[in-house]
Amino acid sequence: MMFHRFANPTRFLRFAAVVQPWIAWITVILFSLGLYLGLVASPADYQQGETVRMMYVHVPSAWMALFCYTGLAAACAVALIWKHPLAELAAKATAPIGASFTFLALVTGSLWGKPMWGAWWVWDARLTSMLVLLFLYLGYMALNNAFDDPGRGAKSSSILALAGFVNVPIIKFSVDWWNTLHQPASVVKMGGPAIHGPILAPLLVMSVAFTTYYLWVLLIRIRREVTANKVRALQMRQATRGEQ
Amino acid sequence: MSGFASIVRRDLHLALRQGMDSLMVVAFFVIAVVLFPFGVGPEPNTLARIAPGVIWVAALLSSLLSLERLFQADYEDGSLELLALQPIALEITVMAKVSVHWLTSGLPLLVTAPLLAVLMNLPEEGFRPLMIALLLGTPSLSLIGAIGAALILGSRRGGILLSLLVLPLYIPVLIFGVSAVDAAIGGFSDKPQLLILSGLLVAALALCPWAGATAVRQGLE
Amino acid sequence: MEGLSAFLDMGGYGQFVWPAYGVVCVVLVGLMIESRRSLKSAEAALAALKPGDEEIGP
Repeated sequence: MMFHRFANPTRFLRFAAVVQPWIAWITVILFSLGLYLGLVASPADYQQGETVRMMYVHVPSAWMALFCYTGLAAACAVALIWKHPLAELAAKATAPIGASFTFLALVTGSLWGKPMWGAWWVWDARLTSMLVLLFLYLGYMALNNAFDDPGRGAKSSSILALAGFVNVPIIKFSVDWWNTLHQPASVVKMGGPAIHGPILAPLLVMSVAFTTYYLWVLLIRIRREVTANKVRALQMRQATRGEQ
Repeated sequence: MSGFASIVRRDLHLALRQGMDSLMVVAFFVIAVVLFPFGVGPEPNTLARIAPGVIWVAALLSSLLSLERLFQADYEDGSLELLALQPIALEITVMAKVSVHWLTSGLPLLVTAPLLAVLMNLPEEGFRPLMIALLLGTPSLSLIGAIGAALILGSRRGGILLSLLVLPLYIPVLIFGVSAVDAAIGGFSDKPQLLILSGLLVAALALCPWAGATAVRQGLE
Repeated sequence: MEGLSAFLDMGGYGQFVWPAYGVVCVVLVGLMIESRRSLKSAEAALAALKPGDEEIGP
């Protein structure tokens, strides 16, 4: 498995140093293209008007929020089962990025909802599920940082992430149920316009841009964790050496 | 099974000697619910409308109160390590502690609920589904909560952190617990919701002792 | 100029569309900056320690 090659953190740092500039440039290009397509080159929706342009940031944010949580859970599983040293770091690095995407999904969702349905917040199934997902992220991050020994924090929060991940479909099911029960007379659904040609292009480009952005920041944050671990190890070694 | 029984007996003995814990959980439950008429006004229809939700949310929060100490005392004095080394599976130990938690928290909540339903002007049709739903739901709360309790062992700020970790996981039980009562009051069948609550309980029984034991083992390393 | 003001107005929805893109920009750029700063300070700490030690730690 490819991951074995990166079990050595120093090797990973070298890999990251090579790959990062490429990902950075791809991200910048994709965002530029996506923004151009989304804001300038694509038409307004005949039903929703210019508000459809918010979809080009809302949908990728929501998608990345879920994608990152899945990645987080997968990394935690790898960390717990195979004890791969980098997996824990990847999980810890992913969490704040995923949480940011979730926050963005909520804010852009709110801004999209206001002109559509007249309220800054609607308890529709998707937004509500996003809110719960945000709490799952925050819980993971809080637990990760709640221990003096970072290794303990990593293991504890890994179990939490997996418990949360198992719960995600259950929570989604419950929230959907709850939402259909309490739906007002006018159907409040954040469906958005039918996805077709001119809308598809900016949406896809932005989605890929968000993904490469995630990988870019992920690399930086994993590098930071690896470096911080080295610092800790050296500090401990120097402390014991000083005691001799 | 004698290992299970002996742990249950020991923990129950400890809990009953302290006695106050169960009373405090009940007291919190009552106070939390009683706050709502003060907050939203005593108009009977309003209270009736929010009764199932208020009672359930208060039950969730009350259940959390005693969760922090599920493993804490044994962790601090080293008994948890000893229990982990016993020939009986750690999963059974966890199950035993969860059972005691339910007996000393969940069950008292269940017993107190009818009184609070009266205070909140819950319609008659709601009482039976409320009791059944709580009976099915509170063990799930104990089971899910046990995972959280194990995860915070040795952490700073355990109690508040525990709430943040566990409450999102409680949401499905909350939704279906309230829905069961609302359905019955509205004249619909509460069976689907109660069945789902049973399903959640079965899933919790299958997964939580194992997850909790994993968390305990990890906490003892 | 008319083209620009129509662009900013976004059919009357400008007050929603631009803040949406704005908050995305702020958060994504902010996260990037914070991540880089964190990395730089960790690297600085490592460089400060390394002269006194031969091996690189795990």
